[in-house]
This record gives sequence, C-alpha cells and structure tokens, in this order.
Amino acid sequence: MDGKGQPLTILQQASFAVEAGESLAILGASGSGKSTLLGLLAGLDVPSSGSVLLDGKDLFALDEDGRARLRGAMAGFVFQSFQLLPALKALENVMLPLELQGSSDARERAEESLHQVGLSARAHHLPKHLSGGEQQRVALARAFVTRPKILFADEPTGNLDAATGAQVIALMLELNRAQGTTLILVTHDEALARRCGRQLRLEAGRVVQ
Amino acid sequence: MNLLRLSLNLLRRDWRAGEWRVLLLALVLAVGSLATVGLFADRVRLALQQEATSLIGADLRIVSARPLPPAYREMAEARGLRTVESRAFLSMVAHREETLLSEIQAVGAGYPLRGRIEIDDGSAHVAQDIPSHGTVWVDGRLLRRLDMRVGDEVGIGTQRFTVAARIVRDIDRAVGFYSFAPRVLMNGDDLAATGLLQEGSRITYRLLVAGEARQVEALHDELEPKLANGEKLEGVRDARPEIRSALERAENFLGLAALTAAILAGAAMALASRRFVLRHLDTCAMLRCLGAEQGQVLRLFLYQFLLLGAVAVLLGCLLGYATQAVLVGFIESMRDTELPQPSVLPAIKSAASGFALLFGFAFLPLLQLRKVSPLRVLRRELGAPQANALLAWGLGVLVLAGLFLWHSGSVKLGFTMLGGLLAGLLCFGLLAWLLLHGLARYSLRFHAQARHAFNNLARHGRDSALQVVALGLGGMALLLLTLVRGDLLQSWQGKLPPGTPNRFIVNIQPDQQQAVQDFFARQSVPQPQLLPMVRGRLVAISAAPISGDSYADPRARELVEREFNLSYAEQMPEWNELVSGSWWVSSPDKGRAGEEVAQLSVEEGIAERLGIRLGDELTYDVAGSRFSARVTSLRKVQWDSMRVNFFVIATPELLKDYPASYLTSFYLSPDQVKIGDQLVREFPNLLVIDTGAMIDQVRGIMEQIAQTAGVIFLFTLLSGLAVLYAALLATQDERINEAAILRTLGADSRYLRRLHLSEFAALGLLSGLLASAGAVLLGWVLARFVLEIPYQASVVIWPIGGLGGMGVVMLAGWLGTRRLAVLPPLAILRE
Repeated sequence: MDGKGQPLTILQQASFAVEAGESLAILGASGSGKSTLLGLLAGLDVPSSGSVLLDGKDLFALDEDGRARLRGAMAGFVFQSFQLLPALKALENVMLPLELQGSSDARERAEESLHQVGLSARAHHLPKHLSGGEQQRVALARAFVTRPKILFADEPTGNLDAATGAQVIALMLELNRAQGTTLILVTHDEALARRCGRQLRLEAGRVVQ
Repeated sequence: MNLLRLSLNLLRRDWRAGEWRVLLLALVLAVGSLATVGLFADRVRLALQQEATSLIGADLRIVSARPLPPAYREMAEARGLRTVESRAFLSMVAHREETLLSEIQAVGAGYPLRGRIEIDDGSAHVAQDIPSHGTVWVDGRLLRRLDMRVGDEVGIGTQRFTVAARIVRDIDRAVGFYSFAPRVLMNGDDLAATGLLQEGSRITYRLLVAGEARQVEALHDELEPKLANGEKLEGVRDARPEIRSALERAENFLGLAALTAAILAGAAMALASRRFVLRHLDTCAMLRCLGAEQGQVLRLFLYQFLLLGAVAVLLGCLLGYATQAVLVGFIESMRDTELPQPSVLPAIKSAASGFALLFGFAFLPLLQLRKVSPLRVLRRELGAPQANALLAWGLGVLVLAGLFLWHSGSVKLGFTMLGGLLAGLLCFGLLAWLLLHGLARYSLRFHAQARHAFNNLARHGRDSALQVVALGLGGMALLLLTLVRGDLLQSWQGKLPPGTPNRFIVNIQPDQQQAVQDFFARQSVPQPQLLPMVRGRLVAISAAPISGDSYADPRARELVEREFNLSYAEQMPEWNELVSGSWWVSSPDKGRAGEEVAQLSVEEGIAERLGIRLGDELTYDVAGSRFSARVTSLRKVQWDSMRVNFFVIATPELLKDYPASYLTSFYLSPDQVKIGDQLVREFPNLLVIDTGAMIDQVRGIMEQIAQTAGVIFLFTLLSGLAVLYAALLATQDERINEAAILRTLGADSRYLRRLHLSEFAALGLLSGLLASAGAVLLGWVLARFVLEIPYQASVVIWPIGGLGGMGVVMLAGWLGTRRLAVLPPLAILRE
C-alpha cells in the first residue's frame, strides 16, 4: 500500500525454482524490487499473495517465530551493511546462530569458522575495531558456521572497495562450493552475477529473464 | 514562512517519538516535588505569621519559672495596657479509674488578650469568658482518652472539677503543632485549692500584656534591663521559636529530597534532548539546504521547548498543590486545623527552577542543531556537530548548584548538600560502571542471552551506570523509610532489657517519701529508690558569671537560662559510669571536712556543651541563696536507660538542707497498669509519666515524618524511572536493529523477550542491591552517630531490594520494549 491507500505493486508474477546446490544471481536496477524479492525468499517479509517453498515447506504458512526458527535451521545471511551486533565481539557474533540452535560446541565451531575466514587473531575484537572487509568476513563466518542449506547475500560488496570486495566474494564462493550450499545473491554487478550458475533479471517488479 | 506554526506542526508530529514525553514527565516531576515542599512549608509559615498575636494570646509576654514580681504588672497597667496572668504546668487528670498526664493552664479573667478560644458546651461558639469556678474546659484528646463527655467530673490534685466545655480551637493551636499532653483550661482562682503549688512543681508563670503598640514597645524597652535571670520577654516575632526552627529543618530536609528528584529529572532531560538532537539532524540539514538561517533553525526548536516548559511547569505546580494537600491530610494534628492557603510565591519559585533545569540540561544540545552542516544532506556520515561534553554537563551542574543555593538559602549548606550528593552519586556511578564491565568481562561463562544482555549493558556503560544510580537512589530512599526505619526502631527498643522502668514519678514531697514506699510495699511492687531533686540555676563557672548570652549554641543557652535539676547522693548511681576524676570518698563515721564537703559530679555531655572542665568551681543559685563547689568527676549517663538521671550530682552535705522534691522510676507489667492510677488517686500531687505511652507517641510522630518524606521520595523514585525511560528511548533504534538481525539469524520472539528481560533484570538487580547497600550504610551511620545504638540490619533488605528492583525495572523495561519482539525484520535491515 502506498501512503494514500492505493495498492502499490512492488513485485508481481515472479515464479521460479532454485535447485539445491545451485547458485542464482538476482540482477536489477535500483528500485526494481530485488531486495524485496530476497526478503520474501528468506521469509523476512510477507507478501500480499503468493508462496515461497523452502526445502518443501511453505514459509508463509508459518508464523513469524516459525519462520525465524526455519531460518535459523536452514539459512545463512550476508548483508551489504554487515549487520554484526555491535555489543558482541567477533567470536560471539559468530557463536550467536549456533547458540540460537542450542548447540553445545558453539565456541569451538565458531573458532573454526573464524579460522576459515582468516580472522582467528581478531576473535576478541568488537566490530567497531574491525575494518569493513574484516567485518564482512566475520559476517561470512557467521553465515557459514551453521552449515546452512541456503545462503542469502544482499549486495555483499556494496560497502567495500573493489579489491576487498573481490577477496570477500572469492571467500564466499569458495565456502559455498566447499559446503555445497545453495546461493541466492542480489547484486547490480554484472561481472559478479556471471560467476553464479544462473541469473535472474528484474525490471519494475517483473522477472524479465 | 510562519516559523511558529511550522514549529508547532513539527511538535505535533514528534509527540509520538517519545523524547517530548520524557522531557515533559521529568520536568513535571521536578517542578512537582519542589512545589510540594515549597507550598507545604509556605502554608505553615503563613499560619505562623498571620496568627502570631493569637499564638501567644497577647502582644507581649513575660515568662518565668518563678512567680513574677507584681511590679511588672503595675508598670504595664501604668501605661494603660491590659494584663492577665497565667500559670501552666503538667499534672495528672483523673476520671473514674483512669488518669492521664495533661497540661493545665490556670488563667485569670480576660484571658486571652489576643486571639480567641472556641469551645463547645452543647453548641460551638467563641468563648466570652474563662471557665467559671469549679469548672474546666478540656481538649478533645482528653475526652477521648479518658472516655468521658462534657458534664463529667475530673480530679485535678485534691480538687474535683466539672468539665463545662470541650476546647474546639485553642489560641496557639492554629499551626497544628502541639505538645504531647492534652490541655485543660481552669480558672486561676481554683489553683491554690488543688494543692499542686508545691516545692519542685514545674510551673511556668506568664504575664500577658496587650494594648496600644507604642506603649507595648515602651514597656518592652523599660522591662528588658530589669529582668532577672530566667525571666524572658516574648513578642509576637518570637512566637513559637521551636516550631520555626523545626519548620526550617524540615524544609531543608524535604527540600533536599525534592532537589534529588530534580537532579534525576535533569539527567533524564539530558538523555532525551541528546536523542532529540540526533533524530533532528536530517531535518535541520535539509532546512539549512533550503535556505533557513541558523537563527531560524534554532528558533524553530526553541519555541517547542518553551511551550513544553510552560505546560510542564503548569502541570508540575498543579501536581505540587495536590500533593501538599495530601501531606496536610497525613499529619494528624494539621488535619483539624484550617491552615491558610499557600501564597503563589513558592509556585513561582518552582516554576523558575523548572525553566532553569530545562535551560541547564536541554539548551546546549539544542544549540548544536543550529550548527548542523547542510552538507549532511549529501554525506550522512558527517554526523552530529560535537558538543563540548564538559561544557554541557558543566552547565547542568552550574544550574543545579544555583538551585541548591537558592533553595537552601545558605552558601555553606547549599554547597555541602550538592557536593555531598554529587560525590555520592559519582561513587555510586563508578561502582555501577565497574560492576557492569565486570559482568561483561566474564560474560563467556554465562548463557547466550545473559552474555548478550551483559555486553549490551557494558557497551552503554555510562548510560547504564546512570540508570543504576538513578533507580538505586530512589530505591534507597524508600528502603530507608520502610525497612531501615523499622530496624532502627527495633534496635532502639531491643536495647532496653525486660523490666526496664516504664513509669516515672515526679514531685514526691519530702513528707510523702515513707507513704509512697509503703504504697509500693502494699502493692507488692519492688520499692524504688527515691532520688532527691533540688532546682537551681548555674550562675558562674570558676567565678566568671554566665548567662544565656554567654553561649552561641541555642541548646547551651536554653540550659543556662532554665533551672537545673540537681541531686545529691552518697554513691554514684550504678547505671552511670565514671569518665574522669574520682567519686567522693564516703566514710559515714568520720564524715567529710573542708573542701571535701563541696564536690560536684557533672555529666560529660553537658560539661562539654557548657565548657565545664574537671576542677572548675561552679556557683549555683537555689531559691535565692548561692553555693559554690568544685567539679571532681565527670560521668557518662545512659539517657535512654529509662532510669532517673541527673546532669549534676552533689555531695549530700552540700544540698540536703535545701528544699527538695523526690523522683523515681519503676516498672509496671501490663497487668499492673491500674497501680499507676491508684497511686495518683492516693497522692494527687504526683506526676506519673507513662514512658511506654510516650514512646508510642514518638513512634507516631516518626511515622508521620516518614510518610511525609516518603511522598517526597516517591518523586525521586519516579524521576529514576524517567531516567530509565529516557535511556530506553536513547537506545531504542539500536535495539530495533539488533532485534531485526537476531530474527534474521533465527531468534524467535521468546528469545528476544528473554534477552531484553535479562538485561533489565541485571539492571534492576544491580540498582536494588546498590539501593540496599546505600540504605544499610545510611542506617548504620544514623545508628552509630545520631542515635548511638547498635544497628542490626535485617537480612531481608537484600532480597527485598534486589528482587524489588528487578521486578520494577523488568516491568518498566518490558512495557518499553514489548513491541520490538514482533517487528518484521526486513524493513529495518534495508535502512
């Protein structure tokens, strides 16, 4: 709905399937609805109509808490603005999703994950003491620590310079391959999109390709 | 552009954001607490002023503990002034089986010269005369306690009187403070027949004078140099000095409590204004971009603050007015009297204080908005213009200092109070900060939610510490007035072993000694030791004459101006303790000779107060004749032992020929109460004072003081909650963001609720424990240095403080954050 009560359509007729292990890039100009689509796919938002099946489960048949638990069990996230919790140290940020699942070896697995992204030495630093690239690597460690079946990435290099961005992407794709994760990536970077197995182009809320 | 209209429009839109509500709430509480105390004190002060002449029943009064020479009366009448005499003393009033200690006022025709007495002898009216012969008027308390009605008979001394009327309103009851004993008014001519005019009876003689103002003044000047020691002139200005000083002390104490609320309100306002500024940076940048000048931007927000200030101050004054009315209702003795309505002055003073707080704590942050760079429209990371934190808090402290000085009325008191309070708050704050960081440091040992919560608290260390201090302060005040007060009372009473005397008998005449002892023997009550008492005034220390004017200390002045109770004894009372010097040697066969005959033992406290040292020679005037003796020992006396104690004890040879009366104390168990009444019936001149009843009375007064202070401290607690609210608002954006991330990572609403509740639980627990610690510490200080009793804090104060704090803060926090657990995450993350 827009401000005057008229229906405001952001996305329509977006119907597609992504197989396990596949990687999909969603491309589109600013305002084309790609982040909204990602939010719906991840169950972060609710559509006015339509459905999303994740591993066979209808996301919108669940309530908000049900979706949250499903995300915790199956999905990992990487955001443009990193979205680390400022109060927690790097290691604690990585431990968080494991602890939400009630894992008993959270600490060991988080240390291992930080080691994989090359940040063992920074484990006890607060996010504000880390560079942008380091913060995004912590976010990657956090995303992969639960060995998610699917990873949602929203413009993961948007706030990084080209060189750092390239490192982060390389790391992300490598972890993705190693764990056999399904990847859904939102970007406006054609070159990055081409590194994914499939591309989906959005224009004014419609899937055009 | 109509700036005012735009300003009001923005204010309306912003109302929901919360900062305005915090500012308003904080300011209303601060003004409300200041106005409560100010208006309350003003009413009592006005009553004192307006009723000053009726308070003493005359234009001028001469007061003495001895009969006044007739010359005074003649001098007044020679000037064409009207005069009347009154004599007041304590005595037992008996009705059937019961007796009650009362204040008897025997007055001459024409009393009072100023003011009026209202009585009810079937119908309520202003008394036209004094009680006729054989009748008395008594106040309502006496009727209630002795369960009697107008028309019944009472016994006073050896005489019986008919109660002709109930006193509805006495002359000096206008203010609502009165002595603990109910009052009886009798005709002066009846006094002699009661047999109560005896040696040792403490009678206050008064000569009341009224008439033309110039003549009264001339009489005052003429009498002043002629007054003998112990005689005092009281004009309307000196009326009820004890009420004035009590009022001043109460106002200072309550004022301090009110200002504590103001300090916390200031902190809440500072937090709220900071967030207000942060949220309005974009608006300001855009306005600047569109061509608004710095002054216009400033005025835009200044109008809002001024409007808010005006509304808050008005509401605060109304709140203060309502609360002081409740206070007057709390205080039993004020309920019945019609206190005059307060003047508008205290309200204006509180309003000005409110605006000063607004200026001190909200103005500087506001001033920053003026300096927002228009470039921020393009580059948001430019952030807020940096205010000098030292300057901001400095201005706040400066305003507070001004308020303390203004409200305390004295530089020394104001600075001492503010300094002490700020130092205490800083210590409290530092401790809270250390505890919070300690928790965060070892947080890896805790469960995820707890760890996360502790880290959040530590990350906002300064604000969290501020909240802990604010809430702790409010909690401490409440604990002090409830639990610690109870503990102190219990410690005080627990100090008295069972069988501690609970009755004093005063005024036993020398020829009654044997009869009184026989009475006790007949009743099978252990015979108490009767101690002689001689009344005399101290006139010289080591040959240097002294009078009240020799001392600046008002208590010392009072001690010197009135008569001392002197006693003599061969042995030191076993409940006294020798501090220095030595007790006189007694050898009954040889006796003492020369200097050994004239020895005195003085209580160490009074010696210090009056500057008496071991070896000094004291000169006393007893009924016109003088004697001198050397101080050979100093004693320590347990005043609350409920035994008969004397400041000064002499060798028996020195005093035994002077006129004396005897007194003693003894214990009556609850089932022996009637023995006291019987004693008074057999010896009507005796005063039997029930100390148990007096303790009850003291406790009643303490209850009322505690209730009064409790109301004021409630403002402190509420202001503490306002700080919590402000801090919740200040961290709200962050919490919303955090909640969104957590939900994305799979946290359900239960987890989020638990996370928030753990944070508030930790905050509340810390506040509560600090409150308990502070209350116990203050209780100990009170016990050790003021009441001088051992203090055993009850253990329950810790769980009550800790759990209570936890409960209150968790509830408040849950109300403030419950929305966060159900927000959909995407909208927030995309910002």
